[in-house]
Amino acid sequence: MHEEWKTLFDPSSPKQVPLVRKFFDGWKVTIGLIVFLGISILPFLFDLGKAAPPPPEPKIDTPEIQKMVEKKCIEPKSFMKTEHMVMLDDWRDWYVREGRSIYTATDGKQYNISLSNTCMKCHSNKKKFCDECHNYAAVTPYCWDCHIEPKEEG
Amino acid sequence: MSFGLSFWVSLIAVLALILVAWVGVEGAKLNFLFGAIIPYVAIAIFVVGMIYRILKWASIPLPFRIPTTTGQQKSLPWIKQNKIENPSTALGAAIRMVFEVLLFRSLFRNMRTELRPGPRLSFASAKWLWLAALAFHYSFLIILIRHLRLFIEPVPSPVKFLEMIDSFFQVWVPLVYITDLMLIGAVTYLLLRRVFIPQMRYISLPSDYFPLFLILGIGITGGLMRYFYKVNVVGIKELTMGLINFSPKIPEGIGVLFYIHLFLVSTLFAYFPFSKLMHMAGVFLSPTRNIANNNRAKRHINPWNYPVKVHTYEEYEDDYREFMKDAGLPLEKED
Ligand code: HEM
Repeated sequence: MHEEWKTLFDPSSPKQVPLVRKFFDGWKVTIGLIVFLGISILPFLFDLGKAAPPPPEPKIDTPEIQKMVEKKCIEPKSFMKTEHMVMLDDWRDWYVREGRSIYTATDGKQYNISLSNTCMKCHSNKKKFCDECHNYAAVTPYCWDCHIEPKEEG
Repeated sequence: MSFGLSFWVSLIAVLALILVAWVGVEGAKLNFLFGAIIPYVAIAIFVVGMIYRILKWASIPLPFRIPTTTGQQKSLPWIKQNKIENPSTALGAAIRMVFEVLLFRSLFRNMRTELRPGPRLSFASAKWLWLAALAFHYSFLIILIRHLRLFIEPVPSPVKFLEMIDSFFQVWVPLVYITDLMLIGAVTYLLLRRVFIPQMRYISLPSDYFPLFLILGIGITGGLMRYFYKVNVVGIKELTMGLINFSPKIPEGIGVLFYIHLFLVSTLFAYFPFSKLMHMAGVFLSPTRNIANNNRAKRHINPWNYPVKVHTYEEYEDDYREFMKDAGLPLEKED
């Protein structure tokens, strides 16, 4: 064997390859490594042995919605999905701070600015609609700090 | 490398990474590669690389305890020892380590040194680096913990609580996280420090700029998809829960910004074991922080000393006893 290589496999040589070498303060380093490993796989441990939970399915089958001929929200679904919170925030500012009470949608239709009476009239199923995604994504909107939650079964 | 090269090479590298993820997902539709394979590989490199480097460090002998840290070492009884800065016990060293890891005590001693007219050398306390470093690391940690909401279902209440505290001011919708502003502000400061302070600029290399740009990129893409170009968080959680349960699934319509964010994060994790970011593990192995200075109380044998063949005085006397006696020299042992 080449001289250089010999020193690599000689346990008394400081040039030796790491995994064959002696470790110093071995047990302390081991504890450290176990802590590191534990923290890095923590999220995996939480979910160990469980199947991926089913994704949320917000229900839009309330009586009010079923009565509608054309089942659609006041703005397109894609817009509502990502921007509803911004819209509700705007509504609050317009109504509470500017005294505006009418919202004109992009299709020209007009609606009363009211969470409880406009939104929740159709989406009367807060638990099966709003909460479904909010819980999954761990979002806690503070709407309900002021607004009264609709009374529901279950 | 010159300043210009170091700075621009790092910036262009991070922009190139963004472009790669963008083209890979929008153009080549490699969603599975960027959404599952690369993250898995990155995590594996991170964990294995970290362990490998720590073991490599742990195999280096430590022959001597460092006595010249910033406190008075244990000495004569009437000289007061600084038990934390220059500990003589393992407990003292552990306390010193806790201060270092949680409060960055060494950085707190950072000084500004200037040559004033005269010429006069002046030293002044400089706490900005310490403050920005602390703000940066703690916001990063809190953001990381908050991200657990994407990986655990149902979301544990401590994670929710942290989120509530972090969005305490309830401004903007979605609520602005204090740590987002702190992270971006602190990283920007740490970056500008290297650009505008001449000495810092002189010693800064791509390995300094690249992680800063990378983390800034992660923070900015994260912020963009929360506050401005919203992504489908429910779809993302389906993806992340799939990853964590080892049944990766790539829902449609997530938004390319997420893949860019994830690709930058994957790069950070994979790059980590090869970079200066290893100080995360290295701080625990710092000889000026982690060992008690007990050189005067205990004998520490250099582990790479080979056995030296010695010839003691007793043996010497045995060899020459007769001659020494004849010459009238004093002997330890008569005949
Ligand atoms: C080094 C690790 C990471 C850092 C520093 C980071 C940083 C950030 C930041 C600063 C934000 C802005 C909003 C917030 O603070 O929550 C954010 C958002 C986000 N990040 Fe990350 N991130 C990291 C890893 C990840 C990973 C591994 C994933 C998923 C696989 C991810 C997915 C997301 C998503 C989906 C959002 C948007 C959340 C929302 O719209 O509410 N991030 N990230």
